[in-house]
Amino acid sequence: MPDLAIIIPSVLNGITTGALYALVALGLTLIYGVLHIINFAHGALLMLGLYAVYFLNVQIGLDPYMALLIVPPGMFALGYALQRSIITRAGHGRDENILLATLGLSIVIENLALFFFKSDTRIIDTPYSFQTVDVLGAFLPLPKVIAFFGALLTAALFWLVMARTDLGKAIRALAKEKKGAALVGIDVAHVYAMSFGLGIGCLGVAACLLLPSYYVTPQVGHGFILIAFTIVVLGGMGSFVGALLGGFVIGIVEALGGLFLGESLGQIGIFLIFILVLIFRPTGLLGHKV
Amino acid sequence: MTGNMKGTASLRGGMRRREFLGTGAAALGVGIIGFPSILRAAPESVKMGLVHPVTGFISFSGTQCRAGAQMAIDDINAVGGIKSLDGAKLEAVLGDSQSKPEVGAAEVAKMTEAGVHGIIAGYSSAISLATSQEAAKTNTPHVVDVGVSDEIVTRGLKNTFRFAPGYGKTAQMAVANLDTINKNAGSPAKTAMIVHEESLFGTGTAKLLAAELPKIGIEVLDVIKHANPTRDFTNIVLQIKANNPDLIIPANYYNEYILLARTLRQQQLKTKGIYSVLGGAASNYQFVEQFPDAAEQIMDCNHWFNPKSDLALQRKKAAEGRGLVYTYEVFLAYNAVAFLADAIERAKSIEKEAVIEALSTSTWDQHGMPYGPTKIDEHGQNTGAQPVNTQVLNKVIEVIYPKEFASAEAVFPMTI
Repeated sequence: MPDLAIIIPSVLNGITTGALYALVALGLTLIYGVLHIINFAHGALLMLGLYAVYFLNVQIGLDPYMALLIVPPGMFALGYALQRSIITRAGHGRDENILLATLGLSIVIENLALFFFKSDTRIIDTPYSFQTVDVLGAFLPLPKVIAFFGALLTAALFWLVMARTDLGKAIRALAKEKKGAALVGIDVAHVYAMSFGLGIGCLGVAACLLLPSYYVTPQVGHGFILIAFTIVVLGGMGSFVGALLGGFVIGIVEALGGLFLGESLGQIGIFLIFILVLIFRPTGLLGHKV
Repeated sequence: MTGNMKGTASLRGGMRRREFLGTGAAALGVGIIGFPSILRAAPESVKMGLVHPVTGFISFSGTQCRAGAQMAIDDINAVGGIKSLDGAKLEAVLGDSQSKPEVGAAEVAKMTEAGVHGIIAGYSSAISLATSQEAAKTNTPHVVDVGVSDEIVTRGLKNTFRFAPGYGKTAQMAVANLDTINKNAGSPAKTAMIVHEESLFGTGTAKLLAAELPKIGIEVLDVIKHANPTRDFTNIVLQIKANNPDLIIPANYYNEYILLARTLRQQQLKTKGIYSVLGGAASNYQFVEQFPDAAEQIMDCNHWFNPKSDLALQRKKAAEGRGLVYTYEVFLAYNAVAFLADAIERAKSIEKEAVIEALSTSTWDQHGMPYGPTKIDEHGQNTGAQPVNTQVLNKVIEVIYPKEFASAEAVFPMTI
């Protein structure tokens, strides 16, 4: 039985790891929860964001946090373009077509990455890679502490956009009643693309905050995508606060699961939660019905 | 029938030109069909099936293996191919196991059906077990490039050979070398913790080490297994910290190794040594280049070339000239291909039995490894194969043990 000297740092670390998961899930909750698009390309697009941050760092020496000025807008533009040029056209308004289109997109992106970047594991070394923050006697890696606050800020910004802007109102209207939204003059195709762009732009933020404490390979998205879907279901579809909360819960469960069940078995806790939420609380912690 | 009559006639009155040509062609035809090993024309190419995990969670290593194998094929072809087969060129037939044993086996099945003459596979132990078993169904010669599980070569498969050492030999030498290094330093290490990945390679290596370390006076405080991928090593490092072992012994793949090494440094863990056994990154130039601080003074017992061999250094230079990081995957896959090509050269044939016989009696020494000439036992294992101990010293990977191959003295306990 681990003592408190291990449990407290483990929980704190779980919260910071959970913040990173939440960042990945925030974009997904917008796309999946609001627009009802099951975006299988989410992991592959995260990978693209990570490569963008990596090459900006290696080629021109741009710090990953400075890349926040470039990568999220770039990812937003990519998301917007993908939605308008591929997903809408390939989907023909049918959910199963959209699902297959995003699945195909993920395969294409991953294989292109494999072709151009090879399967090398790439990491960046920054002046703060080994810096830690002492919290209650636990050494928390500085990049993960920054990611924690970054996730809080991003969730707050998303909430503000959705609650206080015309775009947010249009997205919400579209989510509730697509035909009605079109009847009152909302440009459905544009708002869909803006929503998708925002979701992918959020992955750009996640990539900038993730790379200082992680690595990138063409397959790196696989490790995050299932967790992100679990967080969306746990937090509640379309709920940004729920996604944040879900991320923290999953991070802590993963950390404590590893501690008490062993690192190999620790992961099952995450998927047990997924199943239990679907059975007993399909609306998630803070969201609408699944 | 007609031929017989004419043949008889020719004995009486001499063979006319047209009869001679006809009979000659028939005889040649019989030769081709009836006596293939003697009279069959040399093949245009010798097909080498290369099955590696170039996608999936160990794709970095698989891609490195493929690059090494292709480099060997290019080198052999550049100097005339298989000379005993009229200069037949080696031809790579590529397969991707997707980091999954069952896919690796399926790739081999496709290749054997398509008539490859030999298989080089499969980087991981689990994949190598599956590919060699599949190749055995058609008795296709199979050389394992990296897979370290000893089960690969102890199942009685006559087609399966391994040029490099398995984890039994590696664990044995790792413990023996550690004992020497520790004693030379006044035996400061008395306890250890093992951190290993969950597949056959990590589990098997950890089991052997846990059994052997107490015999040299090192108590194993705990053995921690982790999944592939593991996204965060903080929990594991916290457990190590709580146990405060003298030695940390990792046995895992590259991605997890770099995260573990980084977390060890972040958590400010003080230990007398990090002593990897088949560590995924500790003997990797890329890791040392990208994370010199985390890599410094880490020791590893792993596959490595002979740093005093001109041949090995030439190949390293050539590989780097191609933009490759010269990891163990590259030179082991290179040598696996060259080992098989040498057997085909000596067999003067692509017949499976002849190639297998030539592999069994191989005494090949053009490998640049610290092995000596190949000597294959009844299981297909090269008994001369051995790992060496390396240590990252001043951002350079040095060989520290055995002494005859050493390029530097070990620094133990760690001074950082």
